[in-house]
Amino acid sequence: MDIFIAIVQILDSTIRLSVPLLLACLAGLFSERAGVFDIGLEGKMLVGAFAGAAAASVMHSALLGLGMAILISVAFAMIHGFASITHRGNQIVSGVAINFIAAGSTIILGQAWFSQGGRTPALQPGERFEGIILPGANAVREVPILGPIYSELLSGHSILVYFAFAMVPFAWWVLFRTRFGLRLRAVGENPAAVDTAGISVAWLRYRALICTGVLTGVAGAYLSMVQNGGFVKDMTAGKGYIALAALIFAKWKPVNAMFACLLFGFLDAAAIRLQGSPLPIVGKVPVQFMQAMPYVLTVILLAGFIGKAIPPRAGGVPYVKER
Amino acid sequence: MAQAAIELIGINKSFGAVRANRDINLEIARGTIHGIVGENGAGKSTLMSILYGFYQADSGEIRVGGKPASIKTSNDAIALGIGMVHQHFMLVDNFTVLENIILGAESDALLKKSIAKARSELERLEREYGLEVDPDAIIEELPVGLQQRVEILKALYRGAEILILDEPTGVLTPAEADHLFRILKQLKEQGKTVVLITHKLREIMAITDNVSVMRQGTMVATRETKKTTVEELAELMVGRRVLLRVEKGEAEAGNVKLAVKNLTVKDSRGVTMVDDISFDIKAGEIVGIAGVAGNGQSELLEAISGIRRAVSGSVMLDGKPIDLTGAADPGELRDRGLAHVPEDRHHVGLVLAFEENENSILGYHHDPRYLKGPFLNIDAIMADAKDKIEKYDIRPGNPRLKTANFSGGNQQKIVLAREMEQDPGVLIVGQPTRGVDVGAIEFIHKRLIAMRDQGKAVLVVSVELDEIRSLSDRILVMFAGRIVGERGPEATEGELGLLMAGVERQEAAE
Repeated sequence: MDIFIAIVQILDSTIRLSVPLLLACLAGLFSERAGVFDIGLEGKMLVGAFAGAAAASVMHSALLGLGMAILISVAFAMIHGFASITHRGNQIVSGVAINFIAAGSTIILGQAWFSQGGRTPALQPGERFEGIILPGANAVREVPILGPIYSELLSGHSILVYFAFAMVPFAWWVLFRTRFGLRLRAVGENPAAVDTAGISVAWLRYRALICTGVLTGVAGAYLSMVQNGGFVKDMTAGKGYIALAALIFAKWKPVNAMFACLLFGFLDAAAIRLQGSPLPIVGKVPVQFMQAMPYVLTVILLAGFIGKAIPPRAGGVPYVKER
Repeated sequence: MAQAAIELIGINKSFGAVRANRDINLEIARGTIHGIVGENGAGKSTLMSILYGFYQADSGEIRVGGKPASIKTSNDAIALGIGMVHQHFMLVDNFTVLENIILGAESDALLKKSIAKARSELERLEREYGLEVDPDAIIEELPVGLQQRVEILKALYRGAEILILDEPTGVLTPAEADHLFRILKQLKEQGKTVVLITHKLREIMAITDNVSVMRQGTMVATRETKKTTVEELAELMVGRRVLLRVEKGEAEAGNVKLAVKNLTVKDSRGVTMVDDISFDIKAGEIVGIAGVAGNGQSELLEAISGIRRAVSGSVMLDGKPIDLTGAADPGELRDRGLAHVPEDRHHVGLVLAFEENENSILGYHHDPRYLKGPFLNIDAIMADAKDKIEKYDIRPGNPRLKTANFSGGNQQKIVLAREMEQDPGVLIVGQPTRGVDVGAIEFIHKRLIAMRDQGKAVLVVSVELDEIRSLSDRILVMFAGRIVGERGPEATEGELGLLMAGVERQEAAE
């Protein structure tokens, strides 16, 4: 039974840890499916996290914090759009620049406004998103097997966790069942086809980037307002890049993206859980090894274990009319 | 004369210093097939792009159905009933036929209704015009001819009354092209207007009612097709008399230069593309390989030139074997006097981002002539490039110009000059005149004949039957990876066409 509880707990933290990855991964899905590579997921999450925590702590409202996180993140997405869609700049360079601006500006502004070494003040209750206890969660706690699964694993998460997982079918539906989705996928494959069909390539790609901005904003807010009680510098810690790896691993499909992110989340959760405790057969494993696992896995997966991943064909290429 | 579907009056368009269209006047009668011919860069595509709202004219007036029209975007053109089938299809390769057809013409924000509507509309179009295509097929899995049909359906679905086709047969097999022409004639009978842009004069003669000729951005003439000839049109296009069929003397075949024996080659998917082929080429003759694209010609060329491994068989060059296991690299073969002009000059023959002079020595850059110690001898390379430019009439004649900025015909001349000027014993040429203008075709053909007359062995692979018949001393026909027949240059088109379609072979099997 102890092992069962331990597994439930690991899975529970798997869910919590995979949420920011999942949101970022879906964010990347929208922009890459539209043909805009976005290496700046990391930066947009970071400014979202900062803006969310800062606004929540100043305005004493978690919702206003979330709104600000989304607003600032979308603004950064628009900068990326302006550089890479309107001015046809290199999408990688623009994305990297956004990551640098995000890393630097959050620390400078944080220090200037709050004087806590780049942190934002610790968020008080009401300024962060609290866990939601699903109906009957406490009542079924003692039921064997299903009880802990329902009350521990499914219940007790913040609204943003449920939002993130609800976004998976929603993103699928938008991409594959709506006009907007059809056009968005088309523009990532062959923008000239979209252009000659009388649809604006630029406006379509901007709208895709707005979706990206909203999702990275929520991802950032989750980091600083749910997982942590405030903003800490560089708190995204490479999650934006792992999300990109997950996106490739998922072959640019929403449901695959969820499983890819859960896998990365699981490795993270297992690494935390198993720190210091001996493993069967191999014995005691250094902490650093476990912490490195998600990154090692990323490299292995990307090195070709995933079969052929075909990216959107027009990805990374600014659209220029012939001649 | 019937009422005009489209009138263009005084259209001008410049790209920077280049005047792509100057003072164009054109009237296209309703319910006719109107051909527009001209060399590459004559401004045909620009003119049609203006009509389709892709570009906007600097000045001039467009009238559609007698009324002045303002066409600022493709949407405006679509609303006026103008549809376009582009030379490079504007299709999303991994979408289904239906998805491609509704893209941009969806009826509401959700796809379900649009798809259902398109499906029934497609059935109607299929009945009316015989445009059959599986609505749920993925585009990239369809043959090119069907992809083009989807483009036509796309335009018709949007209610096109005027259909513009830009070089529609460039990618089609002869049979597919014939089918396309039947469809176009049917569209005409239903009252639609068809504008056909091409540089293939035979097509113009076969199908159009009227034809307009463009040269260097101007409209030089409009003729009733019945009252003109191929010779007149060619002359109008190029501005001088053109020989459509090169004159050549009898071949004086010498020793065997290249001997292919029992060669079998598989493609990257493991499908046998060249199946136990044997032939040889003698000094002083041109051997042409005819066939519908995709019957193993490409793989054969690649194997002989050392780009692709062969499964079995042998190739002897000057009596000595070529290593076909993959160890033979093209550079070694070049040193042994085998030059190769690849089918796909953009991906294999040239580095488009390089300057002309760099491309003109590509692959021969180890030659001491172009070196000064470990460095490139820029002066020698430049002099050499200028020499080739002059000999092959490459235009513009600037060796420092980026290769991408040359027209298709001139790019082809750059490759030909590079390979022919090395004075190889064996020359292998794939699609010598694909996408090349009438004037340049004449030049290239003359050069190939000249190579033959110097006693070189020349292998020409082309999907253009005319070209094969006019150049070759012997014609081999390939079908499904095998050589299904050998004929002399006097073979008729019909005879070769049957061989290319594999008819004879099937009959023999039955």
